[in-house]
Amino acid sequence: MNFYAIKAIYLFEMSRTFRTITQSLLAPVISTILYFVVFGSAIGSKIQTIEGISYGVFIVPGLVMLSVLMQSITNASFAIYFPKFIGTINELLSAPVSTLDIIIGYIGAAATKSFSIGILILLTAHLFVPLNIIHPFYMISFLLLTCFTFCLFGFIIGLWAKNFEQLNLVPMLIITPLVFLGGSFYSISMLPLFWQKLSMFNPVVYLISGFRWTFFNVSDFSFTISLIATISFATLCLIIIFYMFKTSYKIRT
Amino acid sequence: MQPIISINNLNKKYLGGFEALKNISLEINKGEIFALLGPNGAGKTTLISIISGISIASSGEVKVNNYDVIKDSLKTKSIIGLVPQEVSIEQFETVLGTVNFSRGLFGKKNNPAYVKGILKQLSLWEKRNSRIIELSGGMKRRVLIAKALSHEPLVLFLDEPTAGVDVELRKDMWNIIKNLKKKGVTIILTTHYIEEAENIADRIGVINDGKILLIEEKEFLMKKMGKKILNIFVNKPLDIIPNSLTKYALKLSADGKTLTYTYDINKDRTGITMLLNDLSNEQIQLKDIQTKQSSLEDIFVNIVKE
Ligand SMILES: Nc1ncnc2c1ncn2[C@@H]1O[C@H](COP(=O)(O)OP(=O)(O)OP(=O)(O)O)[C@@H](O)[C@H]1O
Ligand SMILES: [Mg+2]
Repeated sequence: MNFYAIKAIYLFEMSRTFRTITQSLLAPVISTILYFVVFGSAIGSKIQTIEGISYGVFIVPGLVMLSVLMQSITNASFAIYFPKFIGTINELLSAPVSTLDIIIGYIGAAATKSFSIGILILLTAHLFVPLNIIHPFYMISFLLLTCFTFCLFGFIIGLWAKNFEQLNLVPMLIITPLVFLGGSFYSISMLPLFWQKLSMFNPVVYLISGFRWTFFNVSDFSFTISLIATISFATLCLIIIFYMFKTSYKIRT
Repeated sequence: MQPIISINNLNKKYLGGFEALKNISLEINKGEIFALLGPNGAGKTTLISIISGISIASSGEVKVNNYDVIKDSLKTKSIIGLVPQEVSIEQFETVLGTVNFSRGLFGKKNNPAYVKGILKQLSLWEKRNSRIIELSGGMKRRVLIAKALSHEPLVLFLDEPTAGVDVELRKDMWNIIKNLKKKGVTIILTTHYIEEAENIADRIGVINDGKILLIEEKEFLMKKMGKKILNIFVNKPLDIIPNSLTKYALKLSADGKTLTYTYDINKDRTGITMLLNDLSNEQIQLKDIQTKQSSLEDIFVNIVKE
């Protein structure tokens, strides 16, 4: 392991983040506030409670997940796409760094950023509704795991993308619908049976359900299933990344 | 001499099917300055990219310090510094930031004093806190050199290091390169300025169309292929070349003050004595004479044309 390289990549990525810190943090905070205004107040006043939890509180885990997924994918995909785009990836390719070094450096930085945003959104949400997190340790751990997992996924997209359109395609076309249909704003059990069954194929459902459990101790699936599903997905992403580097897929000429 | 880089039957076919390198075999000796000359598209950058791990060869073997560049890539990469032809540095990073980044990336602990030394040598120290976007083209090129030197490489590739660099700075760079050589660093540079190769290289390789055409000691090359020029400066300007001197195929300068005689150093008789005799018979008074080796440029053009 090349620790100095990991540190260099991590610090470089973090300084890139700090250069645009206001945009990075402001956007998720504003969108959280908007969600609260629209879903929490306007719709929430009609729904009252879900499984005994007031609607405004119920949507908090989903809101956090929504932003964290998006941020993780965007940050990590951009972090590796950008060097490819401007050619600085050649320095990385000519440096004595292993695939693992690269992953730890880039994913570490991207996950740090999306984790911070997740926490910031929680704090913002706390301004609107009282939050009482039942399993705080699991909450933090699961949030971290999600950040890392989706940063890995974003990294793949960044390695694969040939242009900015492709870079945006996956988050827009796949992730957004999955997140919205993943029970961010409702409980899966509220759906008709057919849609409940279909939802089982949406991986995001397990994430949100699991995360919600850490808050309220209620969920659509057991926390273990959520955990296993997430870890499996992370492992799959890791394997794909190693494979891409090994075969130099779209990386080396 | 022990080779630090040895290349055996290297071929490179790009994805579209273009053959950029054809059966290249080459050895670079430890501590030498090797200049790779060749026209645009000859394959110079491709060759460097393969040795430094950016590109992958289609077939053949490349060893650096006896390690295979694929199987032991971490070992070979850690001793190679690369100054790329294209200036690609993150625009919003500072000079110091990007140089320290390179050092870290190559697994070296921070060393502010060493990095300061490099930046001073390259006249970049004053600009250390400037962002790359605020630098001129020549300064950016120097930043690339600073990045490559930041991790104390044993082998340094310079892919057209002086393109777009002014004369003053080019000489500075030659000095830096010569100093590195004194420290034992092996240097491989590509250039379009033959003057550059002539000035600093120990050996010269000529590549064209993906094939190595020639590898030779610079001195030997210039002796072997070089014609010499004798410039004769006369006291009183001449209007025409006297008839008795036509057999020497002299050239008269526009101001009539210089006669130029071209001869082959390798011939037994260069004709100089006879020429000087005939000049004095014509009562031409000489002010000064000067001989010059013909440049590598002439040699180079001839090789590539053949
Ligand atoms: N990624 C690539 N895909 C396909 N062909 C390539 C690629 N890179 C280079 N080539 C081709 O390979 C040949 C050699 O290119 P290379 O960059 O090695 O030349 P060079 O000797 O460095 O030229 P120059 O003096 O212009 O820098 C060229 O014909 C070029 O078009
Ligand atoms: Mg080139």
